[in-house]
Amino acid sequence: MAVAESAITRKVVQRASSGARTKDLLFRAALLLCLFIAVLFLGVLIVDVAIDGVPLITPEFLTNFPSRLFPEESGIRPALIGTLYLMVLCAAFIVPIGVAAAVYLEEYADPSRWYNRLIEVNIQNLASVPSVVYGILGLAFIVRGPIDIWGLGKGSPTLLAGALTLGLLVLPVVIIVSREAIRAVPPSIREGSLALGATKWQTIWKQVLPGSVAGIATGVILALSRAIGETAPLILVGAIAFRLTDPTIDGQFSALPIAIFQAAGEPRPEFQILAAGAIVVLLAVLLLMNSLAIYLRNRYEQKW
Amino acid sequence: MDRIKAQDAARARAGVSATPGLPKVLPAVDRPPAEPAVAHEAIFSLQDVQVAYDGVPAVQEVTFDLVKNEITAFIGPSGCGKSTLLRCLNRMNDLISSAKVSGKVLYHDQDLYAPDIDPVQVRKRIGMVFQKPNPFPKSIYENIAFGPRVLGMKGDMDEIVETALRKGALWDEVKDRLKTNAFGMSGGQQQRLCIARTMAVEPDVILMDEPCSALDPISTGAIEELMLELKRNYSIVIVTHNMQQAARVSDRTAFYNVDKLEEGKRVGKLVEFAPTEKIFTAPDDKRTEAYVTGKFG
Repeated sequence: MAVAESAITRKVVQRASSGARTKDLLFRAALLLCLFIAVLFLGVLIVDVAIDGVPLITPEFLTNFPSRLFPEESGIRPALIGTLYLMVLCAAFIVPIGVAAAVYLEEYADPSRWYNRLIEVNIQNLASVPSVVYGILGLAFIVRGPIDIWGLGKGSPTLLAGALTLGLLVLPVVIIVSREAIRAVPPSIREGSLALGATKWQTIWKQVLPGSVAGIATGVILALSRAIGETAPLILVGAIAFRLTDPTIDGQFSALPIAIFQAAGEPRPEFQILAAGAIVVLLAVLLLMNSLAIYLRNRYEQKW
Repeated sequence: MDRIKAQDAARARAGVSATPGLPKVLPAVDRPPAEPAVAHEAIFSLQDVQVAYDGVPAVQEVTFDLVKNEITAFIGPSGCGKSTLLRCLNRMNDLISSAKVSGKVLYHDQDLYAPDIDPVQVRKRIGMVFQKPNPFPKSIYENIAFGPRVLGMKGDMDEIVETALRKGALWDEVKDRLKTNAFGMSGGQQQRLCIARTMAVEPDVILMDEPCSALDPISTGAIEELMLELKRNYSIVIVTHNMQQAARVSDRTAFYNVDKLEEGKRVGKLVEFAPTEKIFTAPDDKRTEAYVTGKFG
C-alpha cells in the first residue's frame, strides 16, 4: 500500500493525454458503428418480413396447398414437405461421402503426392463455385441422365435429383469442415491407440471419429441449412412452385425457396404477403437448425 | 512344444487367455511368475541400426542386446536420437512416412522389419507410454477396456480392467469413479492410467518415452516405484532426460551422443551401453563421463 501511494505522489506513471483517450474512444465508436450497420440491415429485413408474414402463419398456411386463384387460402404444404425431404435425402447423401472423403484426405492421403494436393486444391475451389453452376450440372447429368440413378432420373425433374444436386453443392463444405474436425483430434490419441495394437481402421473408427463427431455434425447441419436455402439449382433442376400434391422422391417437387421466388414474382400484392409468410417459415427452419448446431457444439465438443 | 503347452496351462490357471490372433512367427514369451530370469536372456538384439528421415540419418551405428526383465535407460543430450530409436522397437516410426530404418532389429531372434511382419502385431507385444499422458476422452474404465476390446481378448472385462488398474497402482484411487472421464484425473494419475492401459493388453515389453517429464516429483516417484514393481514381469525401456532417474531405476544404461559432421549436420550415435552402475561410476568413454557428471548436455 505504502509503495503504491509513493508511486502516485511521485507520478512515476504518467497520466494518459486527453488526445490519446479521444482517439481510443473514436476507434471504439467506429468499430461499434460497423457492427451496427451489419446488424441494422438484417434487423430491418427481418422486422419487415415479420410484419407481413407472421400474421399469415396459421396451421392452414402450413398445411394448405398453394392456389393461384385464392391467395388467401393458399398454403405452403408441398414446399415445406419438399424442403424437409430435400434436407433428409441431402444429409443421407453428404454425410457418408463427405466424412469418408475427409478421413481419406486427413488419415491416408500422402500430401507429398501431386494428385492428393490437386484434389485438396480442387475441393477448396469447388466450395466457391456458384450454386447456379451446380444447378446446370444437376440438370445435365442427373435430371437428363446419363447418371440415371435407379431409373429415377426418367429425364424429368425429381426430388431425388434435386437433393443430389444440393448435396453436390455443399459436399465440398462438408469435406472441409469434417477435415478440420478430424485434424483437431491430437496425434497423441492416434499414437496411444496404435501403440495398444489397434489397427489404423480401429483407431479411426473408435477414437478419431468419436472425437470429431461434434465438429462434423455442426458442419453438416450448417451445410444443410445452406442447401435448403438455395434457389438457383432447384430452379434449374425443375422444382415447381404450384404443386397440388405432396412431393414424392421420384416425382416432381416444390421447396420453400421456390415458393418464395414464385410468390414474390407474382404481380398481385396478396402473393407478396404469401412470400413473406414463406420467408418467415424458412427463416424459422434455418434458425432451428443453427440452434441445434450450436447446442451440439457446446454439448459434445471435445476439449483436448 | 511341451514348453508351449505348459505355458498355456499356466495361462489357463492364471485365468488369462492366450492373446488371440497372434501370428505363429511371433512366439509366445515365457513370463516367469515372480522372480527375474536367472539367465540374461536377450529380448531385443539390435545390429547396426540406423534411422534416417528423408535420407538424412538421425541416429546410426546402434548395436546392443536388451535383457529380459530389466529396465534399460536411454540417456543423452537432445537430438541424439534416443526417442527415435525407442520408436523403432515397436515400429511406431512407421507412422512417419519419411522415416527409414536399416540394420537389424531382432525381437526374440525375429527381424521386426522383415517384409512379412505386421506392425500391428508388433505393437500388441511391445507397448508404449508417451511423454505427455494421452488418455482417450472416455471414462477410466473405457480407457483400459479399449485395448482388450480391439484385440478381441476373451474374459470378464471388469476383471481385466481391475487387474490392469491394480498393476498400474491406480485401483484404490479410482475404483469408485471408473465411469468418470479420464480427463478429470491429475497428470500423474493420467500417466499411470496410460501405463495400466498398456498393461491391459498383456505386452512383453513396455517402451516409455520420457514418461515423467510432464509430471511433478511425487507423481514421478510413484511411477518409478511402479516401474521397479513391473520389471518382475515385463521388460522396460525408458528414455529419460533425468540422469538421476536413470540411475535410480535402470539396470542398464545406453548413452547416446550427437556427432557433429561436416556442413553442420548432426547424427546421434550410441556411445556406451553398460550396466547402470558402471555408466555412472566408471564409464569407459570420456564423453559418457562428461555427460553423467553434468559437464554438458
